[in-house]
Amino acid sequence: MRRAEPLLALAGAAALVGIAYAAPWLRFVLTIALAKGLAVLGILLLLKAGQVSFGHAMYAAVGAYVVAFAAPGMGEALVLLPLATGIAGLLGLVVGLFITRYREIFFSMLNLAISMVLYSMLEKFYAITKGTDGIRVAPVTFAGLSPERESAEWAMFAIALLLAFGFGIVARLYLASPMGQALAGIKTRETRLEFMGVPARHVLLSAYVFSAVMAGAAGAIIAMTTRHVTPLLAYWTTSGELVFIAILGGAGGVLGPFLGAAAYELIRVHAAAAFADLWQLTLGIALLLVILFAPGGLWGVLARLFRRVRA
Amino acid sequence: MSASDDRSAEGREGLNRPPPDQGVMLEARGLRLAFGGVRAADGIDLSVMRGEFLAIIGPNGAGKTTFINMTTGYLRPQAGSIHHEGERITGLSPRAIVRRGIARSFQLPQLFTEHTVLENAALAIAARLGIWSPLAPLLRREIREEARELLARFGLSAIEESRADTLNEGARKLADIAMAVALKPRLLLMDEPTSGVAASEKMAVVETLARVLRDAAVTAVFVEHDMDVVARFADRVAVWSQGRIVALGPPATVLSDPEVQREVIGVSGAIHA
Ligand SMILES: Nc1ncnc2c1ncn2[C@@H]1O[C@H](COP(=O)(O)OP(=O)(O)O)[C@@H](O)[C@H]1O
Ligand SMILES: [Mg+2]
Repeated sequence: MRRAEPLLALAGAAALVGIAYAAPWLRFVLTIALAKGLAVLGILLLLKAGQVSFGHAMYAAVGAYVVAFAAPGMGEALVLLPLATGIAGLLGLVVGLFITRYREIFFSMLNLAISMVLYSMLEKFYAITKGTDGIRVAPVTFAGLSPERESAEWAMFAIALLLAFGFGIVARLYLASPMGQALAGIKTRETRLEFMGVPARHVLLSAYVFSAVMAGAAGAIIAMTTRHVTPLLAYWTTSGELVFIAILGGAGGVLGPFLGAAAYELIRVHAAAAFADLWQLTLGIALLLVILFAPGGLWGVLARLFRRVRA
Repeated sequence: MSASDDRSAEGREGLNRPPPDQGVMLEARGLRLAFGGVRAADGIDLSVMRGEFLAIIGPNGAGKTTFINMTTGYLRPQAGSIHHEGERITGLSPRAIVRRGIARSFQLPQLFTEHTVLENAALAIAARLGIWSPLAPLLRREIREEARELLARFGLSAIEESRADTLNEGARKLADIAMAVALKPRLLLMDEPTSGVAASEKMAVVETLARVLRDAAVTAVFVEHDMDVVARFADRVAVWSQGRIVALGPPATVLSDPEVQREVIGVSGAIHA
């Protein structure tokens, strides 16, 4: 299955481009889905170590607010993205140095707590953040060009797709590397790592920073796509949504998060249109079905189908 | 029968030589550690000589594992000191101690249960080589080959693709030791390496292990309940009882001591019989 990943990734990308072309109003939805997929990829790394973060939306929020603050002065996407990503990564390092001492419920809840601190700061410091109103994001340029609306949408879609590929490839290599495999070892036998001379905390920290970086990139894309940032980006329900998507997509491979995010956003948009207030119910049922009947998530279902077709 | 006697005679000459007089590798002085009222270490003094195979025997609960735990940094003694190659290592972390060339295997195997046997071995090899290469695969050729070779020496080739949580106890035990050996330590502490290994395979396994360790000039300390294994492979035997060392010397002397026989071997013999 791992061997088929590159091919499936290309097929998936082609499908996304096709949909974005055929249904222009979905271009926006898919860009957001790709961005969320990036953040969820970070959740997946931590899941490999058996750790669940219920606060990772804070790094997306940091990425988004960096874009919102910096865009008026320096509105170039190709600068804003690395800037937002770098600052989110730096925060991930600072928080991670502390948080990687903890495991399981403590790890989950500390992430949640810190993200809620950030949320209240974004909400309370009205003078700087405009509180719950949020900040409108100034239009950005792409390599110096200021395209009109439709081209700008395509540009954001392309950036999201490229970043999904780039980070997806790096994450895939990382997971197969000694570092990534040691990360999975934290889940099953952390003490053994220590008795092999491997600092488990630093292994987890590397994954944590990587996950913050990807969430930061996701936030930057979301800010430039939606052109509006609010504290809700850091709220715990947003973090929960990322974990939800991770489980929906499946933690078996790096395509799971993107599969999950695309499915999530499409269900959400269509369910919201069809039954207004009931879309959360639809999502809840979808998650329930996945947990009960496909614990490997959508990616696991796909992998099983794929094996059956080949056999 | 005669074939195995021949092997055993050869073993005695080749492996069971007198303690090499090459200086002290590890020195424990006055180690004390109590858990509540239980004195798991009650004044342990022991010098491990460079190059020797030292067996630790004694009834369950005597404090054998506790000694290994203190030596490898898992437990901190409440009093006393441990020196390795002349430097104090008391209270260092397991990681710092491993980096000094002291590895251990576990009474209860500590494997990465969701990884295959090959990946377990590969992780240990990678740990030795340095794991901080995020883009090169764990199972790259040089690591895979070394892991295969290592597992072959432990007779684990047939199950190298099996997940560690599917193995029987003997195989888990061997994989656990293989991982410690993969670190290429100078001193290896093994906690009951042969428990769980089928009686029919035990001697062959220990023989292989002894050869691997001799070839690499590894000093070994091992907790053992099988007196045949002790008699055949240990240069010296330390007898543990209630947190103390009650006898220490060559196997021939110690194992024939009536007191040791009554107190320790009686119990252990029953276990391995
Ligand atoms: N971590 C611990 N906490 C409490 N008691 C312990 C701990 N480790 C060992 N003990 C106790 O110390 C004594 C020695 O144990 P151990 O060193 O495991 O003995 P052995 O390996 O010789 O069977 C036992 O009574 C055991 O119950
Ligand atoms: Mg023990």
